Amino acid sequence: MLSGATRWLFVTPAAIFVAVFFGYPVVKNVIMSFQDYTTKTFFTGEAPWVGFANYVSIFTSSVFTTSLINTGLFTIGSIVMQFVIGLGLALFFKRNFPLSAFLRGLLLLPWLLPLIASSAVWKWLLDQDSGALNQFLGIFGVPAVPWLVSPNLALIAVIGVNIWLGIPFNTTILYSGLQAVPTELYEAASLDGATGWKAFWHITWPSIRSVVSVVIILGVVYTLKVVDLILGLTGGGPANSTQTLATNAYHQSFINFQFGIGAAVSNVLIVVSFVFAMIYLAISRKAVDE
Amino acid sequence: MTVSIPRAQARVRAATTTNPRKPKSKARSIPLTIVGIIILAIMVFPVYWMVNTSLQATAGAATATWFPFSPTFAGYQAAFSQQGQNFLSSMIIALSTVVVTLAIATPAAYGLARFKMRGTRPLLLILLITQMVPTIVVANALYTLFNDVGLLNSYVGLILADSAVQVPFAILLMRAFMESLPPSLVEAALVDGAGDFRAFVSIVIPISRNAIVTAALFTFLGAWGDFLIALTLTSTDAVRPITLGIYNYIGSNVTDWGPVMATSVLASLPAAVLLLFAQKYIAAGALGGAVK
Repeated sequence: MLSGATRWLFVTPAAIFVAVFFGYPVVKNVIMSFQDYTTKTFFTGEAPWVGFANYVSIFTSSVFTTSLINTGLFTIGSIVMQFVIGLGLALFFKRNFPLSAFLRGLLLLPWLLPLIASSAVWKWLLDQDSGALNQFLGIFGVPAVPWLVSPNLALIAVIGVNIWLGIPFNTTILYSGLQAVPTELYEAASLDGATGWKAFWHITWPSIRSVVSVVIILGVVYTLKVVDLILGLTGGGPANSTQTLATNAYHQSFINFQFGIGAAVSNVLIVVSFVFAMIYLAISRKAVDE
Repeated sequence: MTVSIPRAQARVRAATTTNPRKPKSKARSIPLTIVGIIILAIMVFPVYWMVNTSLQATAGAATATWFPFSPTFAGYQAAFSQQGQNFLSSMIIALSTVVVTLAIATPAAYGLARFKMRGTRPLLLILLITQMVPTIVVANALYTLFNDVGLLNSYVGLILADSAVQVPFAILLMRAFMESLPPSLVEAALVDGAGDFRAFVSIVIPISRNAIVTAALFTFLGAWGDFLIALTLTSTDAVRPITLGIYNYIGSNVTDWGPVMATSVLASLPAAVLLLFAQKYIAAGALGGAVK
């Protein structure tokens, strides 16, 4: 009646698909990172073995160091602010005022837009000469700020836009976490005199801690991957001031056509991602077991 | 003083019996609504600005005004003539990706939820891990593969690559739902002589409709909004989704933001429409993404 073979047919296509489109690329990237793989390879079919030369070349290049630092700043800055603002909004919407559900729903809009459309409108909002932000600041006599064209400001501007993008996701997940905290706990605590901050630290925070770790680790993993936003806003410039590991990998492979070096940068990115992935898996499995 | 949760729980009965919940006062929550509207206004201001600019002529030195007092559809005309084909390409790619993704992911989700075979647990772990693999890593290697098999600059290539990114998430999303189905539903059909496959088609799929719709919506939005795969796996104008059209606009020095914003509005329409008419699915998908 129930043959094992038919059952395997349910999962086999997906397994093959994942093997071809994730397994193969990951393995292929490792191999390419040890090869001199360039456009020439496509014509000659030859990709000479170069050992660790690609890694030596990226670790000694200043752009890589810049990318690494920027990736750290971009990720930490985005995650901290997204989380703090997201939690603030989730607590705010939990107060269930008229229209709160409707407003909370609309809040998802920025999260659903194509990233490149968001990049386009932010590039326009942050335009130095006629962008809306500088027009607005001009009302208060602030001179035009070169948000995306100054090497000192561009990374901050890009982080700001990424925070805007991440707020809806953080708010939604944290809100659902807050919903799961039984209201009776608050009512009982208020009898003991714990309200406001006290209630937050002693009831809310311990209750949502596992949701918090999921949101933060998913946020880190997604933020490490960001390419669209940066390419759209600054292209990694000015003067590599917004170059991250992900955009650097793109540049090496698809602008310089140094696929071997691009693969090496990708592998560094993958190692960083996997460290966080492992933390995430450990936490989510623990959550499942509990 | 400190309040431990067990102690608070012990107080629950007292709290609920001696202090019945007071009805919320309307007057006190109106200021909250006003603050809520202000917060939302700030958050969606960029979307307003997109629509606002799309209706204005900002060519040359003209700057956009805060409201389209004299709206013009010139931006949309330019968008349609320059990006109409790209819009169609995006539609073809996104819809085909939904079909391919669901065809692969729905049976797999059911298989992983129902059949505890050797190998399903590792596969599940691998699916979780794929969520962490940066798309640029996939693109880097797929470029060389697609170059060898002639799939660069083709619909098939982009549809396959987009599906690759969407399949794991779709499986995880639907599996979480299918796992909650009572096994007795399917067993009844199996006793009646239906095979696993018949039972899947005639029972599991209809019951799982909501989960499948949610997966379809997210797959559509993901493929529709894809930029990086299209950017890396195309080198000619043969196949050009609308996201690449926008990128080409903003990659150069923009002098007239009207058409750029009009194109962005067109590209954002599916998301806006789905948010208005399928909000419960969107919210479910957002949560599914974190719970899995």
